[in-house]
Amino acid sequence: MSLSIRIIPCLDVTDGRVVKGVNFTNLIDAGDPVEMAALYGKEGADELTFLDISASSSGRETTLEIVRRTAEQVFIPLTVGGGIRTVKDVDRLLRAGADKVSINTSAIARPELIAEIADTFGSQVLVLSIDARRARTESGFEVTTHGGRQGSGLDALTWIEKACSLGVGEILLNSMDADGTRAGYDIGMISAVRAITTVPLIASGGAGTLADFAAAIDAGANALLAASVFHFGIHRIKDIKSYLGSQNYPVRTVATF
Amino acid sequence: MIAILDYGSGNLRSAERAFATTGLDVVVTSDRRTAIEADGLVVPGVGAFAACMKGLNSIDGASIIRARLEKARPTLGICIGMQILFALGNEHAQEQPHRGVGIWPATVSALKAPIVPHMGWNTVEAPKASILFAGINTESFYFVHSFAAKESVGLMQTWTTYGERFLSAVEDSYVCATQFHPEKSGEAGLALIRNWTKTL
Repeated sequence: MSLSIRIIPCLDVTDGRVVKGVNFTNLIDAGDPVEMAALYGKEGADELTFLDISASSSGRETTLEIVRRTAEQVFIPLTVGGGIRTVKDVDRLLRAGADKVSINTSAIARPELIAEIADTFGSQVLVLSIDARRARTESGFEVTTHGGRQGSGLDALTWIEKACSLGVGEILLNSMDADGTRAGYDIGMISAVRAITTVPLIASGGAGTLADFAAAIDAGANALLAASVFHFGIHRIKDIKSYLGSQNYPVRTVATF
Repeated sequence: MIAILDYGSGNLRSAERAFATTGLDVVVTSDRRTAIEADGLVVPGVGAFAACMKGLNSIDGASIIRARLEKARPTLGICIGMQILFALGNEHAQEQPHRGVGIWPATVSALKAPIVPHMGWNTVEAPKASILFAGINTESFYFVHSFAAKESVGLMQTWTTYGERFLSAVEDSYVCATQFHPEKSGEAGLALIRNWTKTL
């Protein structure tokens, strides 16, 4: 046996509600993050990610409360990202029940934040989230900010190598070109990142067909994150797992006791 | 009553809630007397070996664990809470390993695998007589670690392979430990917690 490929639903949360289109017939209150987290947990999610896109501090407080309520009833790892700028922000989230945090823009603005968090809580709590696109940088991949709307000029591979040396424990690689297209993950980007890092790699952006998930694993992804394909019920977690299992990829099936 | 030992090591809320699903009372405490007297003591832990030992030493935690052993009271170590039960840990200290509590005479060392940390769900090879894994020996559990013990210690050993074979659990009469996080291992983890609490 070996380590399972992780399937990770991502919930974008603002002011206490899941945004991004949600069309999940089995859910009565489709936009409640705690309810959705519990449902995905039952369906076999291997981890859950909350991305807090609240603009206000009251929105952030609400997210803390959602993390608390989720951690009380869903006993799988929970990653929270969005708006984390300081070690204190991380401390608050971990105390609320998060197991990991993901940072993006704040680490680009101040890379020392990576070392500060890793030194305080260990690398295993820290996921570096990168929104990258194909562009004319050294490696051909550029880091973007503001949800992919702005180029940073920063070369994605150079940034990943630096972030790893500062102590990130995992990389969440979002392809801004593929995001929302359902045309498949950016396989070239996943391979390029896999080649330069030895930490676990989560692929994100572009998942459409079941074969897309397998292709990302073949390119070196250790985990697969998706949002809309789950929220819209295009693929159920158990269907992805049974497909991958049939192709001899290691997956965790959910136990019932 | 179950006590979860609070020695400044990370998020204890998940552990508290997971152990509370057994219906037993759970307290998070750094109080010596409460920790020694509890029916069961859970020693959690996240972060680095040396940092955890520093935290443990600040509440004289090693003597709490030893006092419980003398009184035949069950203790369960989780993740780094397992690692610190060993004699030595060489995380960030290849030349001069850090001292652990020393319940088991082995060294916790870096996991040799192409991708670390070992992060995610993996299976276990548990002995038939295992109490912790009774009824759940084919399930997967959630691991997050870069170091592990690789020598056989205690009465019963459970192994996992990631790059190399390492100890994913030890059952040794009144002291047991898991390298994975049962409190984050879904239904299988909760079942393991129930199996442990039956021994209290």
